[in-house]
Amino acid sequence: MDTARTAKDNRSFMMRTDLSNPTLPGESDPLLEGRDVTFRRGDETVFGPIDFALHAGEVMLVEGDNGSGKTTLLRLLAGLLHHQEGDILLHGAPLDRLYAAGEIILLGHHLGLKFDLSPLENLRVAEGLYGRRQGTEPVTVLAGIGLAGYEHEPVRRLSAGQKKRAALARLVLIPAAIWLLDEPYANLDREGISLVNRLVEQHIHRGGAALVTSHGAVTYLNGEPRRIRLSA
Amino acid sequence: MKPGTTRAACWAILRRDLTLAWRRRGDMALPVLYALIVATLFPFALGPDNALLARIAGGVVLVIVLLAMLLAFDALFRSDIEDGSLEQWLMAPQPLALLVGMKILAHWLTTALPLIIIGPVIASMLHLPTHPLHVLELALLLATPLLSLLGAVLVALTAGTRRSGMLLALMLLPLCVPVVIFAAGAVLAAQQGLPWIAPMAWLGAALALGIILAPLACAAALRITLDS
Repeated sequence: MDTARTAKDNRSFMMRTDLSNPTLPGESDPLLEGRDVTFRRGDETVFGPIDFALHAGEVMLVEGDNGSGKTTLLRLLAGLLHHQEGDILLHGAPLDRLYAAGEIILLGHHLGLKFDLSPLENLRVAEGLYGRRQGTEPVTVLAGIGLAGYEHEPVRRLSAGQKKRAALARLVLIPAAIWLLDEPYANLDREGISLVNRLVEQHIHRGGAALVTSHGAVTYLNGEPRRIRLSA
Repeated sequence: MKPGTTRAACWAILRRDLTLAWRRRGDMALPVLYALIVATLFPFALGPDNALLARIAGGVVLVIVLLAMLLAFDALFRSDIEDGSLEQWLMAPQPLALLVGMKILAHWLTTALPLIIIGPVIASMLHLPTHPLHVLELALLLATPLLSLLGAVLVALTAGTRRSGMLLALMLLPLCVPVVIFAAGAVLAAQQGLPWIAPMAWLGAALALGIILAPLACAAALRITLDS
């Protein structure tokens, strides 16, 4: 819990200081940092240039309208897209998708679930690929996320919200420090929304960090998260 | 097995794909059924000339197996791209080429292995004598994984395009010609009592090369597909 506390101190420190200058002396290095990141598709600029610094124990919101490049930014940070301009740093070193692998996990519109497998079988695949966080177990993770009793049901028979929960269970299970959540509140009821907020809260208290996209309707409101604003 | 190790990841992928294939065993039976139907039709079309059938049996079996395998190729990576599984693989701390290699292995086990098992049945339907049967089986054991690997590279390359099936068949054709020539050549040589080890060695060499290079090529092609 030591890490969580220092991380929180950092956050309040960041709040008091000039946010546009992320590299102040005497501050712990950000987990993930972007400097002048611009993404172009052909001649068209999708977004940027943007600067951001995501610290351990911090939630950052990515805001923007449809088509403003929120998903693109997250896919870029996940190492799925190549960035052309600016620097993306992970632990202060340039983001290389071969070495960053396992640190950053994206949950996007594609849930990455096999519909013919059960939530438990899907989790076991993720466990095999990424390993698991200390003290977690696929069955208990599923129970904690509200899928007790559905462990062995094929995912295709679950409701849209339950599928989302099955995908969120993967984030809880695997040891990735940085969560990139693309519209995590879609398809979720009020209970599901508070579940997402609770999971994110737990994650940052463990010393993790999260980048959450939203276009305003439902959003992460605990504390005062910093925001990245993208405009189309 | 400790979760998070490369071995655990490979096992997880292999088990996942075998479970998925078992859940859809109807799809798995399709290539086998296709092969049996084509083999049944040949004697009817050519007439009951045992000598003629015996002479062409080796080549026909190989062509049937190749075409039957082609049926299952198209879907190799599609569902994993569509449901986001492949993105999960890319973000995992494991070499993508190895994971893709496991997927190809699972694909071979579920589509080609049943065809190899019914190989002797098809061959006897076409009156292939029994003495070159073991050569035919060996040829199938070397040729089918090679076809799986070549096919997988092309599927990965065409994964981003719609209606990739036609393109895939056209691109695969020139690549599988040498495989069929060597495999059928070996069976024919064995049938005539000639040494058959040379074509088999060529197949083995190509397979060794394919096992190393094809997963790497697949991984690179899939990264490009997702990078858009």
